[in-house]
Amino acid sequence: MWWNYVVDRWAQIWFGSWQHFSLVVQSLILATVVALLIAFIVYNSPKLSSVANGVSAIGLTIPSFALIGILIVPFGFGVIPSVIVVTFFATLPILRNAVVGLQGIDAAVVESARGIGMGRLRTLLTIEFPLAWPIILTGVRISAQMVMGVAAVTAYALGPGLGGFIFSGLSRLGGANAIDSVWVGVLGVVILALILDLLLVGLGRLTISRGIRVRN
Amino acid sequence: MSETSSPPINPTETTASSRILLDQVTKHYPGQSKPAVDGITLEIPAGKMVMLVGPSGCGKTTTLKMINRLIEPTDGRIMLGDEDVTNIDGDELRRRMGYVIQAGGLFPHMTVAANIAIVPKMLGWSKEKIKDRVDELLELVSLEPALYRDRFPRELSGGQQQRVGVARALAADPPVLLMDEPFGAVDPITRQRLQDELLRIQEEVQKTIVFVTHDFDEAVKLGDWIVVFSEGAHIVQYDSPERILNAPANSFVEDFIGAGAGLKQLTLNRVRDVELARSVTGSPGEQASQVLSRLKEAGLPNAIIIDQNRRPVNVLSRSQLTRLDVIPAKVNDDLPLVTEGSTLSDALDTMLVSSAGAALVTGRRNAFVGVINLEVVMDAITASRKASAVASDETPVGTNTDSLGVQGGPE
Ligand SMILES: Nc1ncnc2c1ncn2[C@@H]1O[C@H](COP(=O)(O)OP(=O)(O)OP(=O)(O)O)[C@@H](O)[C@H]1O
Ligand SMILES: [Mg+2]
Repeated sequence: MWWNYVVDRWAQIWFGSWQHFSLVVQSLILATVVALLIAFIVYNSPKLSSVANGVSAIGLTIPSFALIGILIVPFGFGVIPSVIVVTFFATLPILRNAVVGLQGIDAAVVESARGIGMGRLRTLLTIEFPLAWPIILTGVRISAQMVMGVAAVTAYALGPGLGGFIFSGLSRLGGANAIDSVWVGVLGVVILALILDLLLVGLGRLTISRGIRVRN
Repeated sequence: MSETSSPPINPTETTASSRILLDQVTKHYPGQSKPAVDGITLEIPAGKMVMLVGPSGCGKTTTLKMINRLIEPTDGRIMLGDEDVTNIDGDELRRRMGYVIQAGGLFPHMTVAANIAIVPKMLGWSKEKIKDRVDELLELVSLEPALYRDRFPRELSGGQQQRVGVARALAADPPVLLMDEPFGAVDPITRQRLQDELLRIQEEVQKTIVFVTHDFDEAVKLGDWIVVFSEGAHIVQYDSPERILNAPANSFVEDFIGAGAGLKQLTLNRVRDVELARSVTGSPGEQASQVLSRLKEAGLPNAIIIDQNRRPVNVLSRSQLTRLDVIPAKVNDDLPLVTEGSTLSDALDTMLVSSAGAALVTGRRNAFVGVINLEVVMDAITASRKASAVASDETPVGTNTDSLGVQGGPE
C-alpha cells in the first residue's frame, strides 16, 4: 500500500521536502531583492516601467522546462541552474507588482514628503516602499505558488527537492511504486505551497502597517 | 537661534530673518509657450499671512512651490531674510519651511504622532523632546493627545486630518509656513472652524505664512495681505483686504471679488472688535422670578443662563421664565454660539440660522462675554466703510518685470 512507500522512504521524503522548501524560499528572497532594485530604478519613468512590465509578461510565457534545459549547457547539472530558473520566474510577478504598487501611491503623499524636506531616497524607503508593500507582498505570494511547481521541474537538472520523486516515478511508469512516487512529489509540493503561503500571510500581518491594512 | 536648540512654541524668528522675497522669479515649464510665472517680484513680510488668489491655472501653486523649491525657478532669486536660498540644498531648505496641502497629505501608514514627529526626527531631536513636542502640537490644534496620538490618518475625519497636517508642518517650529488650498477639501462648517483655528494659532506662533486659495472670502478672512494674480502670476493688486474690497484696482479684481463686496466687509471684522449688545444673565438654581424682573428692568426679551464656569447653558424667554419656579440646570445643545475670534460674517450666519436674530459670544474657556445681534452688525458695516478708504503706506512690494509700478510701487 502507498503508506508503506511513505513510511519506508520517510527520511528521503522529509529531506526532499526540506530541500525543496529551502530552494524556493532562498530564491524568493533573492527574487524579491532583485525585483525591488529593478522596480526602484524604473518606477519613475513611464518608458522603463513599460519595458519592465513587458519583460515580466513575456518572461512568464517561457516554459520553465525549456529554460532549465538551456541553462544546463553553461552551468552544468545541480543547484546553480535550479536557483537561477526559480529566481528568474519568482522575480517576474514581484517586479510587476512592485512597479504597479509604487506607481499607485497618491501623488499628494509623495509631494508632502518632499515638501517637508525628505530626500528622494528617504521618501522611497520610508514612505513609498511601506505604502507599496502590501501589493509587493501579494506579488511575493503569487511568485511563491508559481515557483513551487517550477522548483519541481528543476529536478530535471538534478536540482534538489521533491521534483526527483516525480521524475523518477514518471520514468518508471508501470514499475513498482512508480505512481506512489509521483504522488508523493505532487502532494508534497502542494503541501509546501500551502505552508509557505500561510507563512507569507503571517509575514504580512507582522509587517503591514495597521494604518493601511485592508479591513475585513 | 539654531533649529535644533529647544524650540519654544512662542513667536521665534518673526523678525526680518523670515521675510521672503521673490526677486524677478520666472518659471517656464518646458514645452510651453508662455511662462507659468512671469518675472514676479514679491515681498512676504515676516510674521504676516499673505494670501495668493486668482483664477485656476494662474500660477499660484507654481509660485508657492518655488519658495520651497519643490519647483526650481527658471530664473530669478529667492531670499529668506538676508539669505539667498536659490542655490542651497532643497531638502535642507524645506525642513525650515512648513508645508501643508489639501487633505493634509498625511502618511497613511504612520500614526498621528509619527507623522508629526518626522521633521524633528530628521533634525535629530531626542525621543523625549519629540514626544513632548507632539503632545504640545496636538493640543495647539485642539486634538486631545491621549485620544489621537496613536490613531492612523484613516481613523480621523477630514478636518482632523487637516489639523494634523498643520501640526506636522509646525513641528520643528519653522519660521515659514506654506499652505496650498489646505482647507479646500472639507465641508464649509469645518472649513470655518479650521480657519478660526488657524487665526488663533497664528496669533500664538506668528509665522510668515503664504497661503494659496481660490476662495476669495477665505483670503479676506485670513489674510493680512492679499495678492490677486492674473494668468502668468501677474500681480493685479497687492493690498490689504480692506483696500481690495473698497478700492479694487480694476475690473478684473472687481469680478474676482464678486457680488456683495459690502457683505464681504463682514469677514474683515471680528466679534471682539465690536461693541456687544446688553444682556441679562441668570444661573441654574436661581429663582425664575428674580431673573424675570431683571429682564423687565433691562427691557430685554431673553435671559442667558450660565453655569458656575460662566459657560452659557441655555436661553430663556420671558414667557418661559413666567412658567418656571427655579431655573433648571438643563443644558441646551442648540445654542447659537460664536467666539470672540469669529468674523462678523460667521456671526451673522449663526444668527440667521438660529432665527433668534442674535448669537451668544464666548471668550476664553468658552465663558460667556455677551450677545451679538443684527443692530451690532449693521453698525459695524457702516463704521468699517468709512475707516478703510485710506491707503496704507506699508504695503509690501509686488511687481512683475514687464509691468513695473502696477501696485505697491517698486523698491
Ligand atoms: N508640472 C507642470 N508641467 C507643465 N505645466 C505645468 C506644470 N504645473 C503647472 N503647469 C502649468 O502652469 C500654469 C500654472 O499652474 P499652477 O498649478 O501654478 O496654477 P494654480 O494657480 O495653482 O491653479 P489652481 O487654482 O487650478 O490650482 C498652468 O497653466 C499649468 O497648466
Ligand atoms: Mg494650485
